[in-house]
Amino acid sequence: MKVEITVNGAITSADVEPRTLLAHYLRENVGLKATNIGCDTTSCGACTVLVDGESVKSCTVLAVQADQQSVTTMEGLGTYADGELTHPVTAAFRQGHGLQCGFCTPGMVMAAVSLIEENPDLTEADVREGLEGNLCRCTGYHNIVRAVLVAAGKDPDAAQAAGTADKTVAPGFSVGEGDK
Amino acid sequence: MSILGTRVVRTEDPVFLTRGATYTDDLTDERLTGALHLTLVRSPIAHATITSIDVEAAKEAPGVVAVFTGADVDLAPALLFPAANKAMVRPFLATDRVRYVGEAVAAVLTEEAYQGEDAAELVDVDYEPLDVVVGMKDALTDEVLLFPEAGTNSVTSMHLAKEEAPEDLFADCEVVVSREIVNQRVAAAPLETRAASAYWGEDGRCTIFCSTQNAQSARDEVAGWMGIDAKDLRLILPDVGGGFGAKIGADPEFALVAWLSKKVGRPVRWNESRSENMTGMVQGRGQLQTITIGGDRDGTVKAYRLDVVADAGAYPRLGVVLPMFTKMMAPGTYDIPKVWSTAQVVATNTTSTAAYRGAGRPEATQAIERAMDLFADEIGMDPAELRKKNVIAPEKFPFTTKGGAPYDSGEYAKAIDLALETADYAGLRAEQEARRKRGDAVQLGIGISSYVEITGGGAFVENATVEVHADGTVTVLTGTSPHGQGHATAWAMLASDELGIPIEKITVIHGDTDLIPKGAGTMGSRSLQTGGIAVHNAATELVELAKQRAAELLEADVDDLEIDKTTGSVVVKGAPGAKSVSLAQLAEADELKIYHEFDGKAPTFPFGAHVAVVEVDVESGKATVERIYAVDDAGPILNPLIFDGQRHGGIAQGIAQALLEEVVWDDEGQPLTGSFADYGIPSAAELPSFDLITMETRTPVNALGYKGIGEAGTIGSCPAVQNAVIDAVSHLGVSHIDMPLTPLRVWEAIQEAAK
Repeated sequence: MKVEITVNGAITSADVEPRTLLAHYLRENVGLKATNIGCDTTSCGACTVLVDGESVKSCTVLAVQADQQSVTTMEGLGTYADGELTHPVTAAFRQGHGLQCGFCTPGMVMAAVSLIEENPDLTEADVREGLEGNLCRCTGYHNIVRAVLVAAGKDPDAAQAAGTADKTVAPGFSVGEGDK
Repeated sequence: MSILGTRVVRTEDPVFLTRGATYTDDLTDERLTGALHLTLVRSPIAHATITSIDVEAAKEAPGVVAVFTGADVDLAPALLFPAANKAMVRPFLATDRVRYVGEAVAAVLTEEAYQGEDAAELVDVDYEPLDVVVGMKDALTDEVLLFPEAGTNSVTSMHLAKEEAPEDLFADCEVVVSREIVNQRVAAAPLETRAASAYWGEDGRCTIFCSTQNAQSARDEVAGWMGIDAKDLRLILPDVGGGFGAKIGADPEFALVAWLSKKVGRPVRWNESRSENMTGMVQGRGQLQTITIGGDRDGTVKAYRLDVVADAGAYPRLGVVLPMFTKMMAPGTYDIPKVWSTAQVVATNTTSTAAYRGAGRPEATQAIERAMDLFADEIGMDPAELRKKNVIAPEKFPFTTKGGAPYDSGEYAKAIDLALETADYAGLRAEQEARRKRGDAVQLGIGISSYVEITGGGAFVENATVEVHADGTVTVLTGTSPHGQGHATAWAMLASDELGIPIEKITVIHGDTDLIPKGAGTMGSRSLQTGGIAVHNAATELVELAKQRAAELLEADVDDLEIDKTTGSVVVKGAPGAKSVSLAQLAEADELKIYHEFDGKAPTFPFGAHVAVVEVDVESGKATVERIYAVDDAGPILNPLIFDGQRHGGIAQGIAQALLEEVVWDDEGQPLTGSFADYGIPSAAELPSFDLITMETRTPVNALGYKGIGEAGTIGSCPAVQNAVIDAVSHLGVSHIDMPLTPLRVWEAIQEAAK
């Protein structure tokens, strides 16, 4: 079947089998490899992308279901220029060490973008619950949660300084002695 | 100011956060153009003889280029761990018998990946089921044999010494406590599953791109299995999506991919699915332990015995040797006069075992830390007090334990005090007492672990090459093999600190066996204290070489020269503005390159103490970790960003084993945790944030005093959490619950105690 999908602002099209997963379309047909596949049960979220602005697990969406829609992957979020990542979420992930091996990262970042978009007043608990469908095996989520809060304008350190930490983060959510 | 010890964001990240990392399955390398996709047909039965395999229908399926079975493969079955029973060899595709669910039986090569899944369904294998042995105790009876020709399921047994256990081990003890505990099987589950791609060049050499933690030894293993010279094999590691020990070395599939590629004369790609990974990738832990601890009512621990039975799975691999670490680290941080340990390793109809974060040491820590709590409970002493009374005193270092471990440096009581103080231990105990008095549904538990572990164990040698180029950039070649640990950043920091060249100009290269023929890879938390030191030493030697060359140019004595670390130039000491020459200029004149091989000669012993605070709903049995206070001392910290990241990940995996994760088979050897839908990897919602407390005690083993941090978090957090959950319900009569401490297990333990 012929599909036409706008990916990161560019129109793409291909003749695909009806069973082709969106994740495979993005990786094989479009050649964008950031979107990873980490499981076969829609559990890990490494393949999370935005379809018309909403986060979906692209291993559980058929390419034909995304026909005539607009998909955003991590590659579409911004660039690295003059020593800075231009998107607030990726910039916060780097500053806050929200990634190690990098495999969950593209999906985690896209889930975070969607989460921040949906809820402008995120707390730590919101972030943890909101990212429940995205597994990371390296970071223990500590720095991911921090990075998402920072990207959402809820910097845990600033909140701690302002005495509103209990609302934003757990009391022990410090950056660790090493940073002081 | 030195860059060492500062918080430097990773140089890896800009790529990882824009176009994404490039893992083996992401490769668009032109050498893999036209590659066939390998799909493996895997056994759905745990133990059976194969009576026939019909591949004809599969061969006719769309896109199929070839189908192979064990009868076609002319590679000799491999002994996957040298010390294992020599009869316990694994064929690359099963021939007459399968020994676990997931064993590869046939290989299907197709033009496209989807076609492979379709065709694999058409391979018709007739199995004649055999009796299955899943439990370690059952396996030890040898009633069901995996390898009849071996005559036993016993892979190996290891004792502390040749003589028999001393009969009087506990003779002078007022109190002796003993019980059996389980350190359950867990899956490493890196987010990137196993993958390999291979092609053969016209020169007759094979190149394998694969996901592993050590390119060089994986090369040697694969070459050995294939019966080719290691020189004819090149391994290239793209980015690796996590390993946690399970990607140490090569997998037999790597050799199969290379063999198939040669056979069909085309490149071959293989990337397993998660469901395949959950039975195909090696797993960790899997020990039955009997702990016996004895001492006096004043809290003096006088003797400790640990008897281990370890599960090797169907085909013995690295898991065979890990009980050696468990035995070595058995007494933990404690000064116990008499220690005895034994270990047996047994084969079962399950997935093979190997390393998983900690690899043998967490099992030792879990055992001794449970033993300390059981002993404290028995004599009615506070578990923190008992620990502090028995830890090795700082003035006793270096200290060789009864397990034979040469502890280098440690401040064990200080670490415990620091964790207790930060956690407000007294306040927590008061809160616990109040909840108990009120009979609250949600009870508080406080768990303590004091731990010491071994890093760089057994692999002390590592090499590095540092080269300054004429354009002022630097290349560092390393024998380590990062897969998330940030070596590109950390090694650049070490080189930069000596050379005075900013890290942005330093490129770190790893994991290509043609460029770096030697190397021990990344495992056992060894990289910084071996590979990092090799980079430091190579850079130091390079500066000496530069000074010698500059002496002539600057007409100065070598001893009067130094490196100006703000400019990367050799200058005359105390003569600012005088003549200088940059490293780049020196490199322009002649190659400026140093290869250094560092031999640490000894392991190091990081240590720490964790306090876990949990809430347990006694009506449902559900345990929730509220706080973790972690003191992890691994010597000076090179980059706190990376250091703390390693601790976070480690702590999470320890909590996960304590509360959630277990690989389970039924009596027929069928996996019940065969996918991410069934296996309990925690999400952000199941974990708290972590309180990290810094302590830095140098090791004398290397010039910079570094120890390893990769596994410490797991080793410390797991016993603290198990102890905390049991502590929360101890007033109800519960003295032990085996991991994972699921709501059902906790609830059942409460009900049992109430009887």
